Amino acid sequence: MNLMSIIITVFAGSLLTAWVSRFGRLQAAWVAGLITLAALAQLLPMVPSVFAGNTHIEHWAWFPSVGLDLSFRLDGLAMLFALLILGIGLLIVLYARYYLSARDCMGRFYSYLLMFMGAMLGIALSENVIQLLIFWELTSLTSFLLISYWQDREEARQGARMALAITGAGGLALLGGLIMLGQIAGSYELSVILNSGDQIRAHPLYVPMLVLVLLGAFTKSAQFPFHFWLPNAMAAPTPVSAYLHSATMVKAGVFLLARLFPALSGTPEWSYLVGGAGLMTLLVGAVFALFKHDLKGLLAYSTISHLGLITLLFAIGTPLAAVAGVFHIINHAIFKASLFMAAGIIDHEAGSRDMRKLNGLWKYMPHTAMLAMVASAAMAGVPLLNGFLSKEMFFAEAASAGSHLKLGWLLPAAVTIAGIFAVAYSVRFIHDVFYNGEPIDLPKTPHEPPRWMKLPVELLVALCLLVGILPQATVQPLLEIASAGVLQTTPPDFDLAIWHGVNIALIMSVVALVGGGLVYAMRLPLFRLHDEHLAPRLQAKAVFDHIMSALFRFASALTRALDTGSLQRMLVLFFAGALVLGVGGFLMGGGPLSGNRAMLPLDPLSLMAALILIFGTLAVVMSHRQRFTALILIGVVGLVVSLIFVKFSGPDLALTQLSVEVVTIVLLLLALYFLPQSHSAESPRWRRARDLVVALLAGTGAALLSWAVLSRPFTSISDYFLANSVPGGGGSNVVNVILVDFRGFDTLGEITVLALAALGIFAMLERIYLPGPDADAQGRPWNWDKHPAVMASFARLLLPLALMVSVFIFLRGHNLPGGGFIAGLVTAVALIMQYLANGEEWTQDRLPANTHPMLAMGLLIATLTGLGSWLFGYPFLTSSFGHFHLPFIGEFELATAMAFDLGVYLVVVGSVLLILIYLGLMHGASHRPASGKEDYR
Amino acid sequence: MNHLVIAPLLLPLLAGIVLLLLRPLPLSQRRLLSLAAVLALVVMAIMLLLEVADGSVWVYALGNWPAPYGIVLVLDRLAALMLLTTSLLALFALLYACRGTDLAGRHFHVLFQLQLFGLNGAFLTGDLFNLFVFFEVLLLASYGLLLHGSGKRRTRAGLHFVVINLAGSTLFLFAVGTLYGVLGSLNMADLAVRLEGLAPADRGVAEAAGLLLFVVFALKAALIPLHLWLPAAYASTSAPVAALFAIMTKVGAYAILRLDTLIFGAGAGASAHLLDPWLLPLALATLAIGMLGAIASTALRQQLAYLVVASVGSLLVAFGLGTEAAIAAGLYYLPHSTFAAGAFFLLADSIVIRRGDMDDRFQANAAMTERRLLGGYFFVLAVITVGLPPLSGFLGKFLTLRAALGHPAEAWVFAVVLGGGLLGLIALARSGSVMFYRAYRPAHALKTPGSRLVVELAPLSALVLLSLAMTVWAEPIHRYALDTAEQLLGGADYIRAVLPNRGGLQ
Repeated sequence: MNLMSIIITVFAGSLLTAWVSRFGRLQAAWVAGLITLAALAQLLPMVPSVFAGNTHIEHWAWFPSVGLDLSFRLDGLAMLFALLILGIGLLIVLYARYYLSARDCMGRFYSYLLMFMGAMLGIALSENVIQLLIFWELTSLTSFLLISYWQDREEARQGARMALAITGAGGLALLGGLIMLGQIAGSYELSVILNSGDQIRAHPLYVPMLVLVLLGAFTKSAQFPFHFWLPNAMAAPTPVSAYLHSATMVKAGVFLLARLFPALSGTPEWSYLVGGAGLMTLLVGAVFALFKHDLKGLLAYSTISHLGLITLLFAIGTPLAAVAGVFHIINHAIFKASLFMAAGIIDHEAGSRDMRKLNGLWKYMPHTAMLAMVASAAMAGVPLLNGFLSKEMFFAEAASAGSHLKLGWLLPAAVTIAGIFAVAYSVRFIHDVFYNGEPIDLPKTPHEPPRWMKLPVELLVALCLLVGILPQATVQPLLEIASAGVLQTTPPDFDLAIWHGVNIALIMSVVALVGGGLVYAMRLPLFRLHDEHLAPRLQAKAVFDHIMSALFRFASALTRALDTGSLQRMLVLFFAGALVLGVGGFLMGGGPLSGNRAMLPLDPLSLMAALILIFGTLAVVMSHRQRFTALILIGVVGLVVSLIFVKFSGPDLALTQLSVEVVTIVLLLLALYFLPQSHSAESPRWRRARDLVVALLAGTGAALLSWAVLSRPFTSISDYFLANSVPGGGGSNVVNVILVDFRGFDTLGEITVLALAALGIFAMLERIYLPGPDADAQGRPWNWDKHPAVMASFARLLLPLALMVSVFIFLRGHNLPGGGFIAGLVTAVALIMQYLANGEEWTQDRLPANTHPMLAMGLLIATLTGLGSWLFGYPFLTSSFGHFHLPFIGEFELATAMAFDLGVYLVVVGSVLLILIYLGLMHGASHRPASGKEDYR
Repeated sequence: MNHLVIAPLLLPLLAGIVLLLLRPLPLSQRRLLSLAAVLALVVMAIMLLLEVADGSVWVYALGNWPAPYGIVLVLDRLAALMLLTTSLLALFALLYACRGTDLAGRHFHVLFQLQLFGLNGAFLTGDLFNLFVFFEVLLLASYGLLLHGSGKRRTRAGLHFVVINLAGSTLFLFAVGTLYGVLGSLNMADLAVRLEGLAPADRGVAEAAGLLLFVVFALKAALIPLHLWLPAAYASTSAPVAALFAIMTKVGAYAILRLDTLIFGAGAGASAHLLDPWLLPLALATLAIGMLGAIASTALRQQLAYLVVASVGSLLVAFGLGTEAAIAAGLYYLPHSTFAAGAFFLLADSIVIRRGDMDDRFQANAAMTERRLLGGYFFVLAVITVGLPPLSGFLGKFLTLRAALGHPAEAWVFAVVLGGGLLGLIALARSGSVMFYRAYRPAHALKTPGSRLVVELAPLSALVLLSLAMTVWAEPIHRYALDTAEQLLGGADYIRAVLPNRGGLQ
């Protein structure tokens, strides 16, 4: 037997329950009951050993490097909780079997219930606090499922989400707190933490850690001001409420206080935070419970109040107070479970929970009434019942704690007031429901429930009586061992007698009982007072809703303000970001902007080129509304750039730039044709001003960056390329050797990019139909003579010449300016010319319709060339070259890089053609209905 | 020299080429080919990861040119982790796509494979300009994939995506050019070495270039305020593409991590820790803005896109903390968040096809078929994504918070990470509640998609199982992440492997 297997049993049982429910409704209930029994059967053999004072600790390695292992602990406190969870759980299973109607899915219910039970057991039995937190959050999640079980109901969904938000938030805080706690104590294991109380309390992180942990505990145990989720969680089926309010969920919060009591308590912060919350909760819960007309609402607020009571006991901090706290945990679990079940029976059999309608039920269900009255009396603290005993201890502790404080009399006074209201609402529960006249238009005639539905209540009420009458014989040993578990030491002696003589606690009890009766007698004016003045103002749920809707509003406003879907916005932010970080980096790094490189003299040619560039660029911007003009101006800029490359001895670059320029301008012309001829409205003036500023700044930044780089002396790895180009790469054109050899891999990537661009355009164009304009912007129709004969003839004559040039450029590329990329572009230009001069039909008749294979072959050749070097044991793309001699031709050089270059050539030609053909097809389609388009797929 | 290093690049490249060549083949055979290639990629990634787990760094000199002159591929623990994460995600995204997404347009499989080529290249390359090239491959392939299936919304989002990324590429070139101008090299290890000995007069220019690179990578990672391209792009594309894109932001995060630990790492002399003042605050803000965006979202896929933004924030919070433990936390979080986001986008598709005209908007609708099952998946994925126990998201958060203790910004990290988790919880509780709970009984049943449910949900389930596996085997995975972080912060392994005789250069 081990502790983990108990938890696994329950979780596995949850799955099993879901599965068996397909074989019949009641199977799920049976299985759930058996699973609970099986878990109990595993726990019970360990009970004697715990009573003998042993603590079982089990350990399985899971995540040891961060101190997060599966470890379980069974001591008195853990055992008490495990017994409560399983014992009351078993009764809930039985009760729910009769409570759920035929429309409710039992499998889902019991499956969730067992999951929840497993999570609660996990909390109780955890040795590692992070593992405890895992189970803690699981209870939040599974309780969400349970509360929202009737998901068609608005209040169930809202209640569940509220509970999840509050307890989930607390869980997150708790996570933060426990991580800090682990850091302080040096371990997440309770055995270490519980023994390092002094170290923890002295640590600078103690206060933030305490606050976070308490947030977790308070949200879970519904302490003021987080209490409101609990009444709203009543939307759950009543068996769930009974379970949540008695042995589980809210008790997890006070369990945590008890569990960490030795480590955290004993400081003023602890007393004030825990005590303040406890006292407020005690009072608020007790007062509001009286005013709830809903049976379950009354009980829910009473739970809140009792949790405040327990919390207050732990805040007082004396060992005896802790004992009282544990005792009240037990007692409250017993009577509250039975009360909720009784309320559920009444709801079930009378069809209402409204105490203004439910009157005089004694006549209809005397047996249930009797049970409910006993349980209610226990809740009120009537002698001979269990509630009385722990409440006496509480009064005594409150009185003695108060005597040490300034204004200490306030504490027992407040506690007594809470006691008065507790009696009042208990009396109301009894008197309003079972007496007080006749029922008022109930949907059905109340009657006793089935025999087995009452059994759980009977058992619990019997326990109330047993504990209340014979405390020493029944609960004393359990209480002792559980208190030892809380205190981690032998608890102080305490006497569970019913009669201690006349003392302050007894006087407070009597005052509470008498006062409670009086308050109940005055209830009608009080109700009016509440309805008129209190209720409209003190709505915690309204505050919560308000916060949530404020959150949603804030989030929406912020998101909408940021994300307008505007590309301009994105670009402005991008450039602004670049500016800020670029300038920031420069200033932080330090150093002058200009380097100390000697300047070349300014020659008129460069100056002119620079001026043309500047004016050309400005003109592009100015003429952005006349697209074709702008495009031509862009062409001018590109051509001047290529001339500058010539000036600075970059023939390869110049050639590339020139051919790229031609191809892109033509393709852009084709694309521009489809743009609408009307212009969209200009952006508002302020936005254009903003854009102007950003553009100027970004341009200045780019210019300064270039200046900073160019004005510095330049030493780089390029010398290596110059030195190794011929001996290592077999080519004297360093640019080409870099492209196909030194950095051939870049080129492989870039031709892939080119191919991707072509494929992307193909895929995109294939799916859209763009209507082209019939006339130009001035409304003039297109010239009927689209392909003048003279131009067509000359273009045809030029084709072979152009192709020859491209072959020439390709072949000499390795040693002289040229290469596959330029050659490919030249070929493409030659073919584009045919297209322009002869029209798309003529050209397409003579061109391969489908250039996909050309693209693919190009890529394949380039890749396979690279792979070829594997055969010789060299890495990918290692080149080799040799000199050969052939008759007539003479000596020539062959390099594997040429094959690679061939691949480049093919990809370039293939890509350009693919784009061209498809843009051309669009043109055809725009003038005539698309025909023959399928052929080119 | 072991050719296995380059295999994760050549395999998808060749697969892409062959798929392009074999276009006449029936679709089923092309699917098989594509899937086989990705499966082989997974196997390869596992092999590579096991090889470098011992801390060795493999260098592959392309064209047999030694670094820093030629381009090198470098496989260290980090690169291997990224490869494995990518290939696993890709496998399941592709599996889902083979149910019919690939029919919606041309060249899906070619683009998909080349996208993997770009991703793997970005993770493996040790050369800054080559990284630029692979960013271009990625950009073009993802643009094609993004538009796949076409539609007005997609085209619009695609345009924004490509324009902003082209702006990013331009800036990338500026930054690389500047670094080359000042430092005279492109090899990342060499850049690190040269930065150390850089004259103070040139430091400002080099650091400006470094931060410009950070801007570029931040754009890729969708760090605020450069995240605006992401929600529309992710929300409007097809499900498997959105799922695959879960790794795309990680490319940016990866590049930031390399920039932060290698080039401007501890060894960079006076320029060390260049990103420190920027990264953590921006990451925290990203997390917060992402979660608020998730709250403000009106449709599921938009919400998921914002959660992706938030997860980038979480990831970079860990990287931004900069300690070994924190980076390890980030490296644990990275695959987790990738799988989770991928799975969630696949689930969103299953939801969308069952909601008829309502699409994925958060409005009550007739109850969808398979409501319980899909609701269960939603619940589990929400738990994983928000970082609630017990699954991998929780562990990632736990590790990050644990690592934040003692950092000067610990209070901020705790507040934002925990608060962000709460916001995510509120957001997903609401959307799940609306879509699965607030459904009325249908007057007539909504149509059920044709394919079998098991087939439909298999990729999603596999990704969820990966998250579960990351939980169960948290220890070995985290051990690997710790080793990786140690290797990164040490920096020396990488540089020594790439430049065996460093110092001879200066």
